[in-house]
Amino acid sequence: MKKFLTAILFAPVLAFAAGPTLHLDSAPDRSSDMAALQNGAKVFVNYCLNCHSASYMRYNRLRDIGLTDAQIKDNLLFTAEKVGEPMKIAMQRAEAKAWFGAAPPDLTIIARARASEHGSGADWLYTYLRTFYRDESRPTGWNNVVFENVGMPHVLWELQGEQVMGADHKLTLARPGKMKPQEYDAMVGDLVGFLKYMGEPVGELRKKLGVVVLIFLAILFVFAYALKREYWKDIH
Amino acid sequence: MSKVNAMLQGTLDWVDARFPLTANWKAHLAEYYAPKNFNFWYFFGSLAMLVLAIQVITGIFLTMHYKPDAALNASGVPVAFASVEYIMRDVPWGWLIRYMHSTGASAFFVVVYLHMFRGLLYGSYRKPRELIWLFGIGIFLCLMGEAFFGYLLPWGQMSFWGAQVIVNLFSAIPLIGNDLSIWLRGDYVVGDATLNRFFAFHVIAMPLVLIGLVGAHIIALHEVGSNNPDGVEIKKKKDANGIPLDGIPFHPYYSVKDIVGVVVFLFVFSIIVFFMPEGGGYFLEYNNFFPADPLVTPPHIAPVWYFTPYYSLLRAVTYPLFGIDAKFWGVVAMGAGTLIFAFLPWLDRSPVKSIRYRGPLTKWLLGIWVVGFFILGFLGTKDPAYKFFGFIPGAPIAQLLSVYYFLFFLTMPVWSSLDRCKPEPDRVTMK
Repeated sequence: MKKFLTAILFAPVLAFAAGPTLHLDSAPDRSSDMAALQNGAKVFVNYCLNCHSASYMRYNRLRDIGLTDAQIKDNLLFTAEKVGEPMKIAMQRAEAKAWFGAAPPDLTIIARARASEHGSGADWLYTYLRTFYRDESRPTGWNNVVFENVGMPHVLWELQGEQVMGADHKLTLARPGKMKPQEYDAMVGDLVGFLKYMGEPVGELRKKLGVVVLIFLAILFVFAYALKREYWKDIH
Repeated sequence: MSKVNAMLQGTLDWVDARFPLTANWKAHLAEYYAPKNFNFWYFFGSLAMLVLAIQVITGIFLTMHYKPDAALNASGVPVAFASVEYIMRDVPWGWLIRYMHSTGASAFFVVVYLHMFRGLLYGSYRKPRELIWLFGIGIFLCLMGEAFFGYLLPWGQMSFWGAQVIVNLFSAIPLIGNDLSIWLRGDYVVGDATLNRFFAFHVIAMPLVLIGLVGAHIIALHEVGSNNPDGVEIKKKKDANGIPLDGIPFHPYYSVKDIVGVVVFLFVFSIIVFFMPEGGGYFLEYNNFFPADPLVTPPHIAPVWYFTPYYSLLRAVTYPLFGIDAKFWGVVAMGAGTLIFAFLPWLDRSPVKSIRYRGPLTKWLLGIWVVGFFILGFLGTKDPAYKFFGFIPGAPIAQLLSVYYFLFFLTMPVWSSLDRCKPEPDRVTMK
């Protein structure tokens, strides 16, 4: 137990020594762009939702981003039968662990979990999904700049193409993919926008409601203060 | 109308003959005479009660949907963690209730720290208010327990590892330490047994004690009467009816004034709840959005901000003493750092109570202590290798400030009686 605690106490020091400051590209804001969020949902369902679940998210919640139940059912409902079901996957966790070394994490709130002092979770994901590069020393043949020795292969490689890490630690596109770099960045932006939305579906409503609440309290303050002054005018 | 009035009066008489309703109303509100010169610092007592009410009410609704279960569900997520996300998504207005509760935890410490600082400023712990202060310290300790137990419940990475580190601290106690920490956890590591017992402590044991202590705090206060920014006793000057000349009935004067305080507080509270519920990672730590994983130690484990000054005291002790581990003495320092407030009524030997009439020595020493408390708190959120501006090492500064933290209290009997105080006025002043 003593060794264990020592390990915990020293872990931060080691992490500090090992981790230079992480540069993250800032993700584009898609929070009110319904078409982009819908595209992000499509990419998510097609490319991510085979290995990663989003088990706290129900399909019919996608009504938030302007989709109807029928649209959800026809275009996105691959892993469940009813639109009220959560976005689960068929892959068994034990098998996934055997294949990838670690079971792929649930992605529902990944955009919140990946936030740090380096930037928002969206920034992290936006950078992560654009900085895979070829590394033959890895079992999958892929490595990543922000997530070193990541277990996940570059699932979007057909779209982005293959990047290689130069001696100057800069990435260059060795073999182009189906998308131009700008197109790929825009698509990743949509996907990250969707992940951010999914992390907190109520996020936009929360802020709108907050404005109303603050206006109400500001008005209430005027009356509360007037009442106080009226009662206190004789106290000297 | 007079018939209705007569009926209401009859009902009240009936109750009063059986329960002292009117007598209590008068004793605690309508005829409780509070000094008329309360200033800004006097809002935080009633605000602490408001936050307590917010926490209890939101807590009841959270309990209806939360599940204290560390087992993994079919998607490999701990049930407890998933139930919090269920509250955030599927329970109508669950997100608002949860954010109010999580923000309320931090708000509770903000108002209680300010309330305690008011006591320090105006000598509110001095005779005859020692018991009010001690009940208050009890509330403070209870609150820390309540926050610690509650923080485990979302069962995120920080919840898990924070509890792991804190419970392990008890293993530093010689002889009984290891057994004690196992007894506290109910297991060799933090697990389902720990989660269930922390849930029990958080939702019933601690709140019961807390509310009992709040009751005792207020009864004691209303027995001796409130202190005020001048630190003079209003009960010394009374009119012919025995009412303090400088006293005004709590209701309606302070009830209407406190409503203003409540509205301002709710404004600030709402800014956090609606626009920054994570509080920049200080109120809801980012790493806590990852489910607890006993196999993955986070790179940096820091307690939530309200514990960090004491965490700095803990880490400041790096020398073993009397053949016992430094860790043990760190735990002692941390415990002493929270308990030392309890001795204030007997440490303070100043002839006057209020900071207004105390000399420069007190003002400087207290000022430095407050700044030190903030710096200790800040350093407690960072790892021990942290350097200010990249080159001033934080660890020795934390050690220096820790020594000052205790010296401030331990030497108080000397400096508080030496200081050149100004004479107190006879009556309160309205400045």
